[in-house]
Amino acid sequence: MMRTVTALAGVVIKELYRRKDFYVLFVLTAVITLLMASVNFFDDTRIVRYVKEISLLLIWVSALVIAIATTARQIPAERENRTIFPLLAKPVTRGQVVVGKFAGCWLACGLTLVVFYVFFAVVSGSRESYWPVLQLLQALWLQWVMLAIVIAMVLLGSVVFAAPSSNGTICFIVVLGILLMGRYLNQVALREPQPMSTILSGIYFLMPHLEWFDIRDFLVYDRALIGWGSCALATLYGAAYVALLLFSTWLVFRRKPLNL
Amino acid sequence: MRRSNNILRNVEEMDAILETKKLRVEFKAQAPARGTKVAVKDLNLRVNAGEVFGFLGPNGAGKTTTMNVLLGFVNATSGSAFLFGVDVREPIARQRIGYLPELTYYYKFLTAEELLRFYGSIFRVPRAELDRRIDELLKLVELDHARKRPIKTYSKGMQQRVGLAQALINNPDLLILDEPTSGLDPIGRMKVREIIQRLKQMGKTVFFSSHELGEVETVCDRVAIIHSGELKVEGRVSDLVQKHNTNLENIFLNIIGYQPSLAV
Repeated sequence: MMRTVTALAGVVIKELYRRKDFYVLFVLTAVITLLMASVNFFDDTRIVRYVKEISLLLIWVSALVIAIATTARQIPAERENRTIFPLLAKPVTRGQVVVGKFAGCWLACGLTLVVFYVFFAVVSGSRESYWPVLQLLQALWLQWVMLAIVIAMVLLGSVVFAAPSSNGTICFIVVLGILLMGRYLNQVALREPQPMSTILSGIYFLMPHLEWFDIRDFLVYDRALIGWGSCALATLYGAAYVALLLFSTWLVFRRKPLNL
Repeated sequence: MRRSNNILRNVEEMDAILETKKLRVEFKAQAPARGTKVAVKDLNLRVNAGEVFGFLGPNGAGKTTTMNVLLGFVNATSGSAFLFGVDVREPIARQRIGYLPELTYYYKFLTAEELLRFYGSIFRVPRAELDRRIDELLKLVELDHARKRPIKTYSKGMQQRVGLAQALINNPDLLILDEPTSGLDPIGRMKVREIIQRLKQMGKTVFFSSHELGEVETVCDRVAIIHSGELKVEGRVSDLVQKHNTNLENIFLNIIGYQPSLAV
């Protein structure tokens, strides 16, 4: 089981670093951040905060784009190029394909995040002469767990929707919706009449709260560390959603005809 | 216990490397009013160890569907299929087979060597043994010079040969090839045919579908011809040629009911 999953994940990682997506996004993030860092508006001492804020926002957007774009094409490309046939003709189950693709995308995104955060640490550290290593590790870890949920969600979408582009677009909108409005949905539900109130409350309690993993403000405003217990709970919360989404993906994929 | 009895069948039947018994595959038609379409009708096949077996039929005859059942991609509606005496629904049935699908575009960002390493690792081939096999296979399919090049730079014939190499990475006892020479130029076809003949000399069992009847006549020990999902004829190539007093192409055309005069 593990050997097959590792082999499948290895192919996904190779695909990521041999494609241009990552390099383009990294260069874009680096250029924008460095440009911001080089300017000095009216000797404003808070400029470092703005740089950090923009840099972290770019890291979040870039990581989401990489995670969604990489994951959305995995299973459809296997079917379109017909590589799914020689793969499943080997002692490989469809469940292993799902787990292998997930692991590959997640690890690839993890490597991407490490590169982005090292860059962020170097830029912010060089301006502030302050190196909050543990805060950075916590932020990286929580963002990585959040990406695990997103990847599992996109993987499910890739066996439901016909085209990777439609899956990618839908997932991106859903993820952005959750990140921007997720935390306010229960308050909106209270103001709505029935049955909308119940529907919105239901969505609020069922959806994965990706915004809980966003601790960018802690880095920008140099706040204290989050409790490790809270971090562990958030990880468990993420793992539960990942398991649920991967199980659903397997349920759909095991009955899916292999021909497009 | 009953499950293991079902999976592993009698020892005397083990000579049959590949076997189907009353295999039937039905698909729901796209228009609900049309009911179901029978792709394979009660197919009985038996391929013995060391044979090169040609599986022939016109397009839509049910060849690929039969192969899809054998490979576990499609479930049979009724009947059964076995590889090495193991029910094809068990993933372990595919441990000793190699499969070359028709027209596959392998991971274009990988090199041939990386592709073979990927497939080899699925079979848990030890590192040293895998290195040896990769060298051997790339020489066999004449891709040794291009082993470090990404597959996206390969010609169609080279892609087909890398496909053949991946089918052999686990040193399989049975090779299932779906139209291995489809879309290749005459030189590409000849190379693939030579490889099949070398595999035969190595004692491998080969089960393959093809439209190239001259090629089938050259390399196959036995053939089966199916039409509209039904087995029409099965036997040794030499026996069929002798019995019908004509070549395999004419036998095939007669069996599927093709009348040249009507076509003209």
